[in-house]
Amino acid sequence: MTAEIRTSDGELLSIKLKKVERRRRTTAFLLAAPLLFFIVFTYVIPIFQMLGRSIDNVQMNEFLSETHEVMQTWDGSEMPGEDVTSTFYYELKTAVENKYHGKIATRLNYEKGGFTSLIKKTSRKLENFDENGNFLEQFIDVHKKWGDIEYWLAMKRGTDAYHFRKYLTTFDFEQKFDGSIERIEEKKRINVTLWLRTIFVAVGVTFCCFILAYPISHLLSVLPTRYSNLLMICVLLPFWTSLLVRTSSWMVLLQKQGVLNDTLVSLGIVADESRLELMYNMTGTFIAMTQILLPFMVLPLYSVMKTISPSLMRAATSMGATPFHAFRKIYFPLTYPGISAGSILVFVLAIGYYITPALVGGAKGILISNRIAYHMQQSLDWSLATAMATVLLIAVLVVYWLYNKIVGIDNMRLG
Amino acid sequence: MALPKYTEMRYRVWHYSYLVICTAVFVFLIAPLFVIIPLSFNAEQYIHFSDGMLALQPEAFSLRWYEDMVYGTKNPWGIAARNSVYYAFFSTIGATVLGTVAALGLSSRYMPYKQLIMSVLISPMIIPLIISGSAIFFSLAKLGLAATFPGIVIAHIILGTPFVVITVTATLSGFDDSITRAASSLGSTPTNTFFKITLPLITPGIISGALFAFVTSFDEIVVILFVAGGDRNLTTIPLQMWTGLREQLSPTIMAVATCLIVLSTLILIVTELLRRRSERIRGISAQ
Repeated sequence: MTAEIRTSDGELLSIKLKKVERRRRTTAFLLAAPLLFFIVFTYVIPIFQMLGRSIDNVQMNEFLSETHEVMQTWDGSEMPGEDVTSTFYYELKTAVENKYHGKIATRLNYEKGGFTSLIKKTSRKLENFDENGNFLEQFIDVHKKWGDIEYWLAMKRGTDAYHFRKYLTTFDFEQKFDGSIERIEEKKRINVTLWLRTIFVAVGVTFCCFILAYPISHLLSVLPTRYSNLLMICVLLPFWTSLLVRTSSWMVLLQKQGVLNDTLVSLGIVADESRLELMYNMTGTFIAMTQILLPFMVLPLYSVMKTISPSLMRAATSMGATPFHAFRKIYFPLTYPGISAGSILVFVLAIGYYITPALVGGAKGILISNRIAYHMQQSLDWSLATAMATVLLIAVLVVYWLYNKIVGIDNMRLG
Repeated sequence: MALPKYTEMRYRVWHYSYLVICTAVFVFLIAPLFVIIPLSFNAEQYIHFSDGMLALQPEAFSLRWYEDMVYGTKNPWGIAARNSVYYAFFSTIGATVLGTVAALGLSSRYMPYKQLIMSVLISPMIIPLIISGSAIFFSLAKLGLAATFPGIVIAHIILGTPFVVITVTATLSGFDDSITRAASSLGSTPTNTFFKITLPLITPGIISGALFAFVTSFDEIVVILFVAGGDRNLTTIPLQMWTGLREQLSPTIMAVATCLIVLSTLILIVTELLRRRSERIRGISAQ
């Protein structure tokens, strides 16, 4: 049996050690705690609350709670009965009195177009209703759309407290009133195009950045320090320069009357009347984003290449490998960590890009972020915007998870 | 990069084309910035190199757009510059203090749930800004701080802290624990050790993190679009540039952009000095 080891004050060493470790754990946690709580309460929780809006329809459900309840017994195969129409009449009346019928109209309009005018007109005529008469007939008298069963069906599902239909819209699908899921009509399909374009641009920009960054990172890593420091300015100056400055410089260059076109015309390569369309399309977004994100690829690549000893390549060639073979078998595999770090960084940044596509991209060069912003600020369809945001967020988190697996978040280096 | 005399022809060709490619990429990186500078001195209202400018005639150049930037009434650049500096100053202090303290905890061997907590703290840097912007707007609106000065500072602190956390933890990862143990064995109190030993050694990391936080706030555009709520008194330089660029490319914007390029050159010099200092202190080459 081993003797019990005690500390100078007579405590068991094993217990004392545990106490010390616990105290150190607590100290470490308490140091991180202020920032952790700050980020969780002002950032992480609000993100989840906001994303909850994509399925949340509780307010609407409360506005028309009784109608919704009565409608549950209505199977939707024929026009709703007087129980439904009368309940709806009284609830709409309350809504008009408390002035929230506008919200009802907007919300229902997302379910079926035409509801805005329908509710507004009906609200104005509500006082003429005979409360002893047939409500459905009076509704139809006000507006013939009430005779269309689809509006009542839209109301039935539009007052559910939670629904996932916005996720269908995100991918250009819709749920018909009979419950079947179909693609929406062709001319309205825009979201899938934007998703594909976003992925295409993100992958393409990442690839271009890799192709452009690899040779210069290599050059920077093999040059003597005083030259490489000088050339590093070319990478770091754009890196520290405001995004808007760089975007505006691309606007100056790529415009139809811009510097690039002017140069081409004066050199006689392009005729004055057939100036190149470099901006307000994908080309502009692509070129500008590649230049803006290039430093994020160069910096991790450079820091990895800097650690590769040149004697490895020399050893390979001295044993008979051609320079290309030595590069492929020795040098290139050693740069994998840099490639993966840079690629994932550029990809994550590119997939959520907003400012540059909005300014340089025009209608043909916008990405999914611009669509989210449009729904948040202009169409005000918050549930659709947040549904799209959720999908984007999941995509980014998957890539981030991969990054953590491959590179490890602790190894992230900046500048 | 001189080649040995015995190099075969095809490798020579390859070598020189490699140098040409590298030059082209460097030009692609840096040239767009330098296009702006001469255009900001344009005497005309159009954004292109006039014949006079190409012939280097002095009358083709002027400072009128800089005058317009300072005294012009159309865009309140003065208010914007003041706000940008204020937001950046206060959010840098907040982000640096919170981030450094958190990094000290995170670099401890005893930190529980290190990976998870690190991921949460880094998340504002990873999550697309459009999502961050709307989420921060909601959280500020709930606190009654949307479109207020403290609200914007809080938003910028959120965005700035990941950079401080990353740079300071990176500095601490190369930190030799035996130095602090030596200090305690010689009778120094933990507080004294921190201020006399640890802090001076990690200062370069803190300053570079603070610089990142400053630039993040100073350049920030997406989140402020949501948070400022169109209040002209809360506007910043990026916000004014965004508004201006959406309407029309004006030479005044070129003048502002030139000023910002000068600013980023200054930042570049500061970071370079920091890097050299940290190299000198540690006697090793920094990554």
